[in-house]
Formats: sequence, structure tokens, C-alpha cells
Amino acid sequence: MAVLTEEQTMLRDMARDWAENESPVSAWRKVRDADEAMGFDAGTWATMAEMGWAGIIIPEAQGGSDFGWLSLGLVIEELGKTLTASPLAASAAAASAILLGGSEEQKAKWLPRIASGELVATLAVDEGPRHDPAGVAAKVESGKLSGTKAFVAEGDSAGLFVVAAVDGLYLVEAGAGVAVSRRHLADFRSHAEVAFNGAAADKLAGGGANENGGLLDAVLDRAAVLTAAEMLGMASAAFDTTLAYLKQRVQFGQVLATFQALQHRMANLYSEIELMRSAVEAGLAAIDGGGDTRQAASLAKGKANEVGHLMSRELIQLHGGIGMTDEYDAGFTLKRMRVLEQMWGNTAYHRDRFARLSGY
Amino acid sequence: MATLAEPATTSGIDQFRAEVREWLTANFPASLKGKDNALSAVEGPTEETPEQAAWRKAMGEKGWGVPTWPKEYGGGGLSRAEAKILAEEMARAGAWNPIGGMGVMMFGPTLLEYGNEDQKREHIPAIARGEVRWCQGYSEPNAGSDLANLQCFAEDRGDHYVVNGQKTWTSGGQWADKCFAIVRTDKTQKQGGITFLLIDMDSPGVEVKPIQMISGMSPFCETFFTDVKVPKANRVGEEGQGWTIGKRLLQHERTNLSGGGSRLMPSGPSLADVAKKYAGADAEGRVADPDLRARIAKWEMDWRAFLLTAMRVQAESKAVGGISEVSSILKTVGTKLGQERAELLIEIQGLQGLGWEGEGFSEAQLKGTRGWLFGKATTIYGGSTEIQNNVIAKRILGMLDHQ
Ligand SMILES: Cc1cc2nc3c(=O)[nH]c(=O)nc-3n(C[C@H](O)[C@H](O)[C@H](O)COP(=O)(O)OP(=O)(O)OC[C@H]3O[C@@H](n4cnc5c(N)ncnc54)[C@H](O)[C@@H]3O)c2cc1C
Repeated sequence: MAVLTEEQTMLRDMARDWAENESPVSAWRKVRDADEAMGFDAGTWATMAEMGWAGIIIPEAQGGSDFGWLSLGLVIEELGKTLTASPLAASAAAASAILLGGSEEQKAKWLPRIASGELVATLAVDEGPRHDPAGVAAKVESGKLSGTKAFVAEGDSAGLFVVAAVDGLYLVEAGAGVAVSRRHLADFRSHAEVAFNGAAADKLAGGGANENGGLLDAVLDRAAVLTAAEMLGMASAAFDTTLAYLKQRVQFGQVLATFQALQHRMANLYSEIELMRSAVEAGLAAIDGGGDTRQAASLAKGKANEVGHLMSRELIQLHGGIGMTDEYDAGFTLKRMRVLEQMWGNTAYHRDRFARLSGY
Repeated sequence: MATLAEPATTSGIDQFRAEVREWLTANFPASLKGKDNALSAVEGPTEETPEQAAWRKAMGEKGWGVPTWPKEYGGGGLSRAEAKILAEEMARAGAWNPIGGMGVMMFGPTLLEYGNEDQKREHIPAIARGEVRWCQGYSEPNAGSDLANLQCFAEDRGDHYVVNGQKTWTSGGQWADKCFAIVRTDKTQKQGGITFLLIDMDSPGVEVKPIQMISGMSPFCETFFTDVKVPKANRVGEEGQGWTIGKRLLQHERTNLSGGGSRLMPSGPSLADVAKKYAGADAEGRVADPDLRARIAKWEMDWRAFLLTAMRVQAESKAVGGISEVSSILKTVGTKLGQERAELLIEIQGLQGLGWEGEGFSEAQLKGTRGWLFGKATTIYGGSTEIQNNVIAKRILGMLDHQ
């Protein structure tokens, strides 16, 4: 665990208490069973916004608290533990694009509304099912954007899209020229296909979309690291649940936790999750540090993918038959984990990027 | 098991192949070509089309759904070599076996070995025709891996037993006509107090409660028995012999499940072809993503090695006239590879491989998601991977408990 300031510790504890008491996994189950395209509970999101979480990375001048990325990561990790559904990560990643590339006017127009939670913003980058920022083909001609974005997270509730086009990032409001179609994935969250057909687009400053190290890269790093923070919360909760189960389930007249084969599996998972935690926290710290975030982000997401994958498989396997039932919560973790694994680059993508950034 | 003699000459084999071809042409409806559903065994009964019903009936009458079972009980009476030819010709014609389920995979072979003549005549032909569905009443809430801890009790009442207790994870319990169960008849000894009973699922006092799985399907149940009357004629073997018989059945289950990975695999394009479609190919036609390419190659090589091992096990078993020791690894390896393939397939397709329902996904993509989730059970049921490894370590390698 990173060394936290007093403020960060308070924020994390508050998020932990709230998630455990007000937003346990049973709350997510209700949202899941309602099967609405939006994929989260509006009241829950309003409460989160009231607590100021939507504005953690937004400066005070624009209605935020400017607590930084590590703070936001801590909150998202706690929410991940109880599988709390909200557009927090998507909105923050989109806000970061405005923070990094927006004019004063653009910041003043959008950030206060995002910080208050009144507006859900999201990134619309990939045009196919696999993360591929180099494959962006969306185009803007005389201020009008055209192109189709696949699997836009929170696309079903977003009021503002930060869209990657060939020559940079653009702000597009939901409405005329924007058609949103629900895509129902196994995690029951919102992943819409969004077709932009001559939608009014407002450019953000700062580099072409495909330019290494440009605005898009910086924003994607932030999205990847936040996703990794959610996966960290999910993996550590899955670990705790599994450990508790093994300590109470009796077979062959012994609790399962006494079997050495299982002890070593758990010891290995514990070690891996600690590495994952360090990588995620370093990713968040790198963003707070304001320098080049690329390698730290690929390390965080790459490691989170690998460990999250392993932990979610083991979660089911070590529970035996009960883990296969919908009545038990383990399946939620498995399904959400695979979706997050694919978002903003899978393990292979980040290994390759890490190698390139390291010069080999 | 009685089988016909091996065909002595190649001309005999060629003749048999020609017969099979002719029969398939006459009986397999072309409209059903390739329309097998790999998940049908776990999805429960669906409305049969007239073609499907006709195909099941034809195969049932021929006995070719259970090709190597004895003819006198409705089997095909084929030798292994002939059965292999039948399988090859069916694959060539895009035909599949409409007769399956637990009756075929595990109960039938066990009853052929341990049942009395009346029991065989009553149950085997109906299984061979695909007319009766069986479920497996083994697991209980506190008897999963530790099966011998089962508590469901059958009290001796002279000409019948009265059964009370609960089973769980009963696959297909809600659709089954009958249940082969292991129950306790003696509380003073563990394994020795277990008896093998056949229970009609429509007996008064049998109640099933379906449980939904993470894949969204509800193919298994909690099954409750309250004062259920079971005639003694429905006991297989002697009282107290149930553990021995039950374990033999598990061997059949594991042998069948070791191919489970391959059966759950979608027929159709290879991993490499799917990868080229989703991740692209380079100028030389190779999978563009080198990491993915290497992992696909690793999986394909492991899979080939697994198939070769399965073939070697078969040959060895035949040569020594018993079960090869290596066979105990087939279930663990086969199920692991099946799961790895499903995970790879999802990864290759990106988010398109995780569709749940509705617009934007092909039927195959949606089935892939469900199959991937269901497949997680293959390393749990039929003896989990951990339990198989314990068996391998202790019984084959002679490694001891540390206590
Ligand atoms: C889809 C599905 C269908 C099924 N269908 C049927 C059916 O039709 N009929 C039926 O009777 N049963 C059925 N089962 C039950 C299945 O056989 C059991 O789930 C299985 O035996 C495991 O038991 P359990 O679930 O109680 O897990 P547990 O025994 O509680 O095991 C939990 C975990 O601990 C591990 N473990 C247990 N003991 C040891 C040990 N000594 N050393 C190391 N690790 C250990 C296990 O491998 C597992 O990973 C089904 C299960 C599933 C998932």
C-alpha cells in the first residue's frame, strides 16, 4: 500500500465504508437484474457525486477538489471491491482529456458539470472490438464528425463524448448526429456502439490522435490506469472471499485451508496481487507526477490484466460447484474482469507497448 | 462387453465403410448437416423438428448411438474399428450422434457390468434409443469432493427402501425421468455403508429446484427426497457395494469428460483463422500479433500432444487389457486445454467475444460467451482437477499424505 496522506486515508476509508454498507454486491445484483442499458443506478451515482467523487481530479476553480489520481484510484479500487457500477472512471478519463487539451473556455464549459456528476462524459476511441488507437478512422470535416465507435463504455448515459478522430480529440454532445445503440455484454454494464453522422465537434488542442505521446496517448494512459485500479479492487476482494471460503469449507473432515496444495496456490495469488497493487499505485503516482506516463501505465494495466485473469479463474475453481451458480457472486467478478481485461489494451498489447517504450 | 469380431480383412472394412455411407445417405436428413449443438447436453430438451426426431429414431433403431454396446440390448454391436469408421463417416457427412446424456456416457456401461439381467433388459435398450433421460444423484451440500461423506439415507423396509435426504448440482434433474443415486444404508461405516439405487424422478416425494448458472442456463438442480419409496429390484449390486459401483461409474464419467474440451469446441474455423479475422494478418498471411501467434501455436501444440496421448492411452489399454495409468491425466489435461481455448477465443475477438444477448453479436459469438462460462465447470465436476491430482500423486506416484 502506498504511503497515504491523511486526506487520502480519510477518503479511502470513507469510500470503503460507503461501498461496504451502502453499495454491497447485492446492490449490483439488483441493477443487473433490472437489465437496463444504462448499467448503473442513478440514485447511487447521485450520492457518489454528492460526496465529491466525480470531481476528485478536477481543479477547485472548476468545481472539483483537485485531490489527484492516487486519490481517485483509491476510491475506484474500493468501488471495484463491491462491484459498484457507476460512470466514475469513464467520466474521469474523459475529463482528463479536457484538462490536458482543453482551452479555458472548454474547461469552464464542461468541467464543472462533470465535477458535479450532472453530466456523464466518456471516451469514444476504438472502432473495433480490440483496442487499437492506431486504427482510428473517424474524420472531422468543417466541424462535423463522422465515424462509428464500438463498445463505448457508459455510452448509453453519456451527455458528452470525447471522440478520437484522425487529427485529434473532439468534444461531441449527445444529440443530433449521434446515434447510440446498446451492446449487451456479459458484465451487464453499458457498452454502446455510437455512430457519429455529421455531429458538431469541438476540437481539443494537443496533437494528432495517432501521435505517440500526444494527447490521446496521455488520456488512454489515464483510462488504462483507472481500469487497472478497478481490477485491483476486484482481485483483492476475490482473494479475500476465496481465503475466507477455504477457511470454513469442510471436506474429508478438514477445512480446505489445511490442504497444502491450496495453501501454495493462495500464497502465489497473494504475492501476485501485491505486485499488481504496486504496479497500479505506481501508475497512479506517475500521472500525479505529471511526467511521461506511458511505461507506468502499460505496466499497471498489463500486470492488472494478468493477475486479474488468474485470480478470477481461481475464484471460481476454488469455490467448486457453488462458484458456478448465479446465486453466488463469483461469476460477476469473472465476467466483469474479462471485459476490463479487453478495455484499453489486453496483456499482449501492453507487453508490446512496454517493450517498444523500453527500446527493444 | 460382447462385441463382434474385428473385421479380418481390409475388404471387410471397406465394405463396412460403404454400408455406413449408404445408410447415412438414406437416413441422415441433409437439412441437419452441421447443425449439432455442442451445448445441447446441458441446455435441456428443446422441441425436436420432425427431421431431428426421424434422425434420432433411425440411429436408435440401428443401435449406432451406442455403437459398441451389445446388440441384444439395443446397441450397435460394432467392433472398435467399425465404430471408428462410423464416426469418421458421420463427420464426413456432417452428421452427429443424437443419442447421448448420462445414460450413454456413464450409467449404461456401469449397468452392463454390474446390473442383473432384468435391469439390463429394462434400462439399456431405452437408453440406446435415446428415450429415457437419466440424472446423477451423487453430490450433496457437504459431500462434493468428499463424496463418501454423503448422508442421504435409504432405510430398509423389506421389499423396498424409503429414501430421505438431499442431493445437489443434479445436472438435468428437472428433465430427467430417472436418477442413478448413491445413498447411505449404514451409518456406522463410511464407504462400506453406501448403496447404488435407481430412483424414478416422478416418484412421490421427489422434488427438484433448478439452480441458475453463471452462464445464464439452469441445467442443474437441488434435489430433495422425502419418504421416497424405491423397490429393492432397483438396487444395483449388493447393499453396501455402492461405493465400488459408483466409483466405476465415475471412471466412465472421467473418460468421457476428458474429451469434454473437444466436444464443447465449436466446429468451424481454427483459432488461427479467427485471429486473422479479428487481429489481422501480415503480408505473409501470418497472424499479425506475434504474441497471439505464439500462444495459439502453443495451444495447438499442446492440443495435438493431448490427442496423441489419448490415442496412446487407448492403444496401451488395449495391449495390456486394462486401463493405462496415463489415462488418469486425460481429464485434467483435456479440461484445462478446453478452458484455455475458450479464453483465447474470447481474447482474440476482443469485446465482440463477450456478448451476452441482443443486437450486434452473431449466434456463434453469443454461444461462445455461454460456452466459455459453462466450461469453467469442467475442471470442477466429475472429480475436480485438484482431486484428480491428489489421486495421481497418491495412487500412481506413491506420494503420501503429509500428516
Ligand atoms: C456444472 C456442474 C454439474 C454437476 N453435475 C452433477 C451431477 O449431475 N450430479 C452430481 O452428483 N454432481 C454434480 N456436480 C457436482 C460436482 O461433482 C462437485 O461440484 C464436485 O465434486 C466438487 O465438489 P464441491 O462443489 O462440493 O467442491 P468442494 O469439494 O467444496 O471443493 C472446493 C475446492 O476445493 C478443492 N478441494 C477439495 N478437496 C481438496 C483436497 N483434498 N485437496 C486439494 N483441493 C481440494 C476442490 O478441487 C475445489 O477446487 C456438478 C457440478 C457442476 C459445477
